[in-house]
Amino acid sequence: MTETGGWPGGHPPTAPTGGPPPSTATDRQPILQLRAISKRFGAVQALSEVDFDVYPNEVVALVGDNGAGKSTLVKTIAGINIPDTGEIWWEGHHVAVHGPKDPAALGISTVYQDLALCDNLDVVANLYLGREEVEPPVLFLSEERMEQRAREVLKSLDVKIPNPRNPIAALSGGQRQSVAVARSVMWKAKVVLLDEPTAALGVAQTKQVLELILRLRNQGLGVVVISHNLANVFEVADRIVVLRLGKRVGTYDRKSASEERIVAAITGAEFGKFQPEA
Amino acid sequence: MSTAGAPSAPTGTPAVSNAQAFWRRVTSGDVGSLPVIAGLILIWLVFYFLNPLFLSPRNLTNLVSQIADIGIVSVGIVLVLLLGEIDLSVGSVYGLASAVTAVLSVQHGWAAAPAIAAGLLVGAAIGTFQGFFYTRFRIPSFVVTLAGLLTWFGAQLHVMGEKGTINLDDQTIVQLAGLFFPPSVGWSVAAIAIVVLGADLAIRRRRRFVAGLPQGGLVGDLVKFGAIVAVILGATAVMASDQGVPLSLLILLGFVVGFDLITTRTKFGRHIFAVGGNAEAARRAGISVNGIRIAVFALCGTMAAAGGIMGASRLLAVNYNSGTGDTLLNAIAGAVIGGTSLFGGRGTVWSALTGALVIGSINNGLALLSAASDVKFMVTGGVLLAAVTIDAVARQGRQRAGV
Repeated sequence: MTETGGWPGGHPPTAPTGGPPPSTATDRQPILQLRAISKRFGAVQALSEVDFDVYPNEVVALVGDNGAGKSTLVKTIAGINIPDTGEIWWEGHHVAVHGPKDPAALGISTVYQDLALCDNLDVVANLYLGREEVEPPVLFLSEERMEQRAREVLKSLDVKIPNPRNPIAALSGGQRQSVAVARSVMWKAKVVLLDEPTAALGVAQTKQVLELILRLRNQGLGVVVISHNLANVFEVADRIVVLRLGKRVGTYDRKSASEERIVAAITGAEFGKFQPEA
Repeated sequence: MSTAGAPSAPTGTPAVSNAQAFWRRVTSGDVGSLPVIAGLILIWLVFYFLNPLFLSPRNLTNLVSQIADIGIVSVGIVLVLLLGEIDLSVGSVYGLASAVTAVLSVQHGWAAAPAIAAGLLVGAAIGTFQGFFYTRFRIPSFVVTLAGLLTWFGAQLHVMGEKGTINLDDQTIVQLAGLFFPPSVGWSVAAIAIVVLGADLAIRRRRRFVAGLPQGGLVGDLVKFGAIVAVILGATAVMASDQGVPLSLLILLGFVVGFDLITTRTKFGRHIFAVGGNAEAARRAGISVNGIRIAVFALCGTMAAAGGIMGASRLLAVNYNSGTGDTLLNAIAGAVIGGTSLFGGRGTVWSALTGALVIGSINNGLALLSAASDVKFMVTGGVLLAAVTIDAVARQGRQRAGV
């Protein structure tokens, strides 16, 4: 197998059946491993034999052209797509994923591009949406406790919201993205998937969100970022995985890869070099 | 709203004063109940100058007992509007439930409690049925309940049979709208309400203080509390000086306060707002969106039935026309005039009361001026248009301020 990037040892081979896939990184154990994932939609082979690892304490960027399979792969991790073949391993154990609730229970959370926030509710209510805390005697919401915790979480992520009792409608795009990310990590998440987190943001707000991504990494999470913006990717990613036409064509260490190299991999200019059969 | 360069006050005091925050809320479209209260005062002043009897204790007591049935129906409408949906069947459910209760009470000799319970159950069953159709087959609620409007009106005619009018004679049912409490009871209720309100305010401030959270302005809270106390005392004094406090008003207030607590302080209420604000987000957050929808339609049907029974009690009879005409339109117009958004996710149950007061005042005032129905309908229509315009303009303001 040819491997160009500086990632130690290249990407691991397909797992042998009956045991956990061997970890190739000597010092670290991947928290999430996908092995030989394939998914077909009718006549379209969206993913074929894709391997994908996420380590704690790292940002891995998933890049590729439209239709390369980025979204399909993320939806597979999020449990929205069930792969036709392939295995998913979590903390060294083979896990079965039947729906979105399974990855969520493991500690994988996803922030989609539409953020899924309720504009009419305030920041606290959005952070606790679906997990509201109530107090036993009359089962009223315990607003004070929720607000306290919400403020703590926002502070620990250094998300600056003037007043967490303001409705989401009153926030800027970057603040909304930050609230969505804060919500995803509030509930013991270990891996966070971010779908185009900077797509609709201005320069200052993009910077806010990129800094937030780095803080998540520094708190020990594994962060997967889908992005079209290679400048942003190079700013935050430790590792860059390139998909093309449903196949993984390369994994690159950010420090040693150049932007031209990634673009070449995305567009297939070096396609032949990465074919395992070639 | 400040963006990237916000002053670093992550958990500290709000960066702006409460007056500024309030003004910003108003300009960004979160107008709340201000327009309706201003409108109500304006309407009362106009009618007072046209006919001073309008603000007499007797007429004001009449006014509040006239709005009880529509106000109760409006409470259910507010819940449905919070989801961003509509229920057009409430008029027919109003009529059918009152017919069921009347037939069971008068023709079958049922006691008041089971007859009323049967009427309410009919409303709840209809609401559940319509909610199920709406969620299961994804038919717009507008159409499902439009079919309901026709169907349940037919059912009402069927239940009543040959008799065009059923006169109620059960004393308990008649007392629902006919009972007036003496001043001592009225003042006691007022005193209890003020104490509970004050205690609630104090406890909430205390809890925020203990939790180390920034407090809202004490002055603002006290002004608001003072205004509410003044309204309670003023209303009690006016009614005590005439027939007393009507039971129907207390029932309406009970529903409004109860559902206000449910919508603002419980998980269920929070989920109603979430579904109305962004159903997809609510679904992804694990909220049973369809469960909430069916529950809300069931509650709306039940409230329509309760309103129908209250209306029958006031008229002492049920007839073919019960719940037809302007019942449905007034109930919806009331909720919207009161400030609940047609677009879902924004509003308060109190708008059922304030909106019913506006519509009731127009009807009552024009009747005092011996104006005919033509004027009444046109004025009500104009006020409704003004109210939805405020809602739409506020929505644009929100969008401008939001992005």
